[in-house]
Amino acid sequence: MKVFYHIRKIALVALLLGGAFISLELSADEFTEKELQGWTSEYLTVVKEGRQHFTSPTLGTNSVACAQCHPNAANTHPETYPKFQKQLGKVITIAEMINWCIANPLEGKRLSVDGQKMTSLITYITDERRGVKLDPGKH
Amino acid sequence: MQRRDFLKTTGTLAAGAMIPMSLVEIAFGKGNEAQNFTFAFISDSHIQQIKGAKFVRNWDKGLERAVAECNLLNPRPDFVMYGGDIAQLGKASEIDHGLELLSASKNELKYMLGEHDYYLDLGEHWSKRLGEHYYSFDHKGVHFVVLNSILTDEKWVNKWSSGEERMGVMAGLDNPQGSPFMVGYKQRQWLAKDLGKVDHDTPVVVFSHSPLQKIYKGWNFWTDDAELIQAILKPFKKVNVIYGHVHQIQYNQIGNITFHSVMATAWPWPYPSTYAKAKQYLPKLTVEMNRADPFFERDATGWQFIDVHSGNIDLSYVLPNNENRVVGFNTKTRRPEDRKYQDVQKPPQKHY
Repeated sequence: MKVFYHIRKIALVALLLGGAFISLELSADEFTEKELQGWTSEYLTVVKEGRQHFTSPTLGTNSVACAQCHPNAANTHPETYPKFQKQLGKVITIAEMINWCIANPLEGKRLSVDGQKMTSLITYITDERRGVKLDPGKH
Repeated sequence: MQRRDFLKTTGTLAAGAMIPMSLVEIAFGKGNEAQNFTFAFISDSHIQQIKGAKFVRNWDKGLERAVAECNLLNPRPDFVMYGGDIAQLGKASEIDHGLELLSASKNELKYMLGEHDYYLDLGEHWSKRLGEHYYSFDHKGVHFVVLNSILTDEKWVNKWSSGEERMGVMAGLDNPQGSPFMVGYKQRQWLAKDLGKVDHDTPVVVFSHSPLQKIYKGWNFWTDDAELIQAILKPFKKVNVIYGHVHQIQYNQIGNITFHSVMATAWPWPYPSTYAKAKQYLPKLTVEMNRADPFFERDATGWQFIDVHSGNIDLSYVLPNNENRVVGFNTKTRRPEDRKYQDVQKPPQKHY
């Protein structure tokens, strides 16, 4: 660890000498601001995309949108999944619950669980619950 | 009056316990029985056109059921108040379809505007079918006022490229591009004048679509000039405000004014407290409903029997998949209280 620290310190000095900007906070394997901004931006793009699907009248077939019943994704409580969904009689993930909503109130076709649409919906829903502690299995 | 007395026969009792709508009884206490009367309240049906003659089945069913149940009431209500948002996107086809479903009512209907009826054509088609956006009437000793509380500032109204765009934005409850509701200067002047001729001992019932109190601005559980309206209502001894829009049970007491919300026939809304980022002010008095179960489509939709005794009101909520609730005026504490749950410390099925 100590050796690594020294290598990093040397690298940092080299970067500074090279005129590059870098945070002086010392910790191992630090990301650059640019990297962090890039990743956040990718994430927020998907949050936005998820919100678009969540408010879209064409996610299902009957023009009903998720947000009609769940303003700001309220009462979707993604932090409680996976959990025993008593109405289905088994433990499910939030993706399965989203698909239930799409198939029933929205009268639509279930999404592929690892597809971009589902990923974006989960990303949006979870982002609206930022700060709420994980509590899987809770009812 | 017991709730069961409103239902005509034992055969309809079971059905009655499952169907969403509201009945209001106005009474003036013992010695003045002749004046007692009832009315019902149906609200927020959000009839939504899919295409052509196809409408969202779930919302149609909610309204059909409320009307059917209302027709079973005994004694017959003197009238049925409709609390606004017949339509989802303000389309003539949606308003017309909603009115067709309501035409099955055997009782006289009175109407109030909601934002979903208004922001497509600024209430033009609604007016053509139903008349004035705000008005008052007297009924058996009670002064009723129907307000249009879903107006907003002119600048916002005129900034959109089309009525469709404007309606689309206002229809999204959580759309950050929306605008806060208000009654507005012109209507406040009218209200002051209208109430100017009413004796301060006369019970007043005010209907508004949005709450005339501030609960959560982000979802327009809010009316911007609420305090100004409350001030106009202040001289009256018994004032009841009944509002729609929120799709959930809320009640409150502010000075002389008792507030009650009514249920939607279409779908329930979560309490603002379930939105982790919201700064909200649900009245502390309100005992929240349980979280709705999406697997039962009428769950947490409903209607109320509203019993106005001595100028104050009791609401009996009929909730298809929840235990029915009664929120009544407690003459000792001078506030509305849930008859069963107000002082129960047991936590409900939590929203989280």
